[in-house]
Amino acid sequence: MSDNALLVNPEKCVGCQVCLKACPFGALEMAGKLAVVNANCAFCGACPPACKFGAITLVKAEKEAGVNLTDYQGVWVFGEQIDGVVQGVVHELIGKGRELADKLGVPLSVLVLGHGMDGQCRDLLAYPVDQVIQVDDPELEHYASEPYARVVSDLIARRKPEIFLAGATAIGRGFLARVAVAVHTGLTADCTGLDITEDRLLLQTRPAFGGNIMASILCARRRPQMSTVRHKVMPAAAKDGGRGGGIEKLGADGKLLASRTKRLGWLPELSETVNLVEADIIVSGGRGLGRPESFRMLEKLAKLLGGAVGSSRAAVDSGWMPYSHQVGQTGKTVQPKLYIACGISGAVQHLVGMQSSDRIIAINKDKDAPIFGVATYGVAGDVFEVVPAMIRELGGEP
Amino acid sequence: MHIAVCIKQVPDTTEVRINPETNTLVREGVKSIVNPFDAYAIEEGVRIRERLGEGKVTVVTMGPPQADSALREAIAVGADEAVLLCGRAFAGADTWATSLTLALAMRKLRPDVVLAGKQAIDGDTAQVGPGISCHLDWPQACYVSKIRDIRKGEAIVECLMETGKEVLAVELPAVLTVVKEINEPRLPSFKGKLRARKAVIAVWDDQAIGADPEKIGLKGSPTAVNRIFSPPRRGGGEMIAAASAGDAAKLLVAKIKELRIA
Repeated sequence: MSDNALLVNPEKCVGCQVCLKACPFGALEMAGKLAVVNANCAFCGACPPACKFGAITLVKAEKEAGVNLTDYQGVWVFGEQIDGVVQGVVHELIGKGRELADKLGVPLSVLVLGHGMDGQCRDLLAYPVDQVIQVDDPELEHYASEPYARVVSDLIARRKPEIFLAGATAIGRGFLARVAVAVHTGLTADCTGLDITEDRLLLQTRPAFGGNIMASILCARRRPQMSTVRHKVMPAAAKDGGRGGGIEKLGADGKLLASRTKRLGWLPELSETVNLVEADIIVSGGRGLGRPESFRMLEKLAKLLGGAVGSSRAAVDSGWMPYSHQVGQTGKTVQPKLYIACGISGAVQHLVGMQSSDRIIAINKDKDAPIFGVATYGVAGDVFEVVPAMIRELGGEP
Repeated sequence: MHIAVCIKQVPDTTEVRINPETNTLVREGVKSIVNPFDAYAIEEGVRIRERLGEGKVTVVTMGPPQADSALREAIAVGADEAVLLCGRAFAGADTWATSLTLALAMRKLRPDVVLAGKQAIDGDTAQVGPGISCHLDWPQACYVSKIRDIRKGEAIVECLMETGKEVLAVELPAVLTVVKEINEPRLPSFKGKLRARKAVIAVWDDQAIGADPEKIGLKGSPTAVNRIFSPPRRGGGEMIAAASAGDAAKLLVAKIKELRIA
């Protein structure tokens, strides 16, 4: 979208082809005795000095003025929906977004892209939000990265929010990086903490290096300051009657909706397990289980407790459990009321995915295993004895 | 078909720590590896070439001179050519500047498709893949768990989402980021290792890709790290001492029943 131009003066060009060699992109070609520019030109400026005859001029678009930070105001939350249902992570973002907006003394808006979402948008107004911005178009019914990124980029450019938060979901992570590139601002992934500094900047805290390290990130010179936040990391806002705000319903400009990806179908996950992230109780297994069959006893225990089965990365890497069950840095982040870790040693990458559970029970042979460092109750014992005994205790058949 | 694979050399994250006195990363003695998710992208690139019976796989990385070894590892498992984007101007890049740098390299390489791992295990952002495609104004498909079909101009892929898989037709050129489910990477063959050792790796700096120095490296990065610190640890609780597994189980079940959630 730049207005740069590379101009070849036909009066000066002698057709010596020196510029062709100077170009890193193969963007110059010969048309007879005249050099011409093709679509590959990156306006890099390599060719003008190479031309001994001064025939090439690079006209750079006016350098964008530094962003005027005070033009940007308000906190926006992306109201992710799947099949017309606003996702749980949105309520968590509203909770945090409200806190940030109050600290800054600015309004909180939720931005919903979709089709036929009137009811869901009205429902959002019962939460502590000042406004819902609804962009309605049949083309936005299902997520597609290009239209979503263009519509959001366009609104950001025109409305200028200072903070933009989205869920670190497949959808949020997929299109927000495009938005950040398009509006030329910073984006911080998977934030676990968000706060406002004395200078009114968004302080974004996130784990890195497999959770071994926390980093706090600032985006001082560009706007909006954008972050993604994982589901279940921050507490959800409750309905509190709202703020008496309204819904602003917008259409989408047709030229923003073009997509070079086409949705051909949807394959729902076939596994019968309870959605791990939503489960109140998770029984998880690791390398200590030794073989895939051992997960059957965890399934039994989980069933008796009404919970779901999770897995460490080691068990997934060994092919004992499908990836969709993996808890940890490269798997899912969970925050159940009770997490039962069986034969899991507690590598940092696993701990970051489950250590904000309300209660943790750990059963492991090795009494020095790091998992005991986070466990509410620990049993240094053999999972193959303790788990079947628990199943019997709960009235089941091991 | 020309397949470009963007990879990253990362520290084996399980070993990284912070020096509590200097508050800096302790990276000495920490092994460097090819980002595991990128290994699936390399393998998929090689499989596409093998399936089509033609084409070439070019691996690209931005990094210090030592990242050369990551590129050679990729050649050992079947990549044909390699480019190292290396120079002081690239240093300190965040995801915005990194994705621009890789996009400029892609503009020069002009591949039919770009593959990458869904994210790197050190930064864990998953932002560079989509960033590259936006800088190039290409379409994208993230979290690809299967490439059903690929030919010049179009790919049919399955993308892993939270509750299932989306089947997408993607116009090429495009950027596809892949997940672990997509394949099982092969081990390097003896011949491959030999080829890797002898391979000539192209090294491109900022001028070679025509980068605007204001938009790459630290200067071109909208975000900056304010501070790093060790994560707060959750304190450990009570160890249950029991005479037998049965007694331990009794105590645990009693504790669970107290919680009144089961």
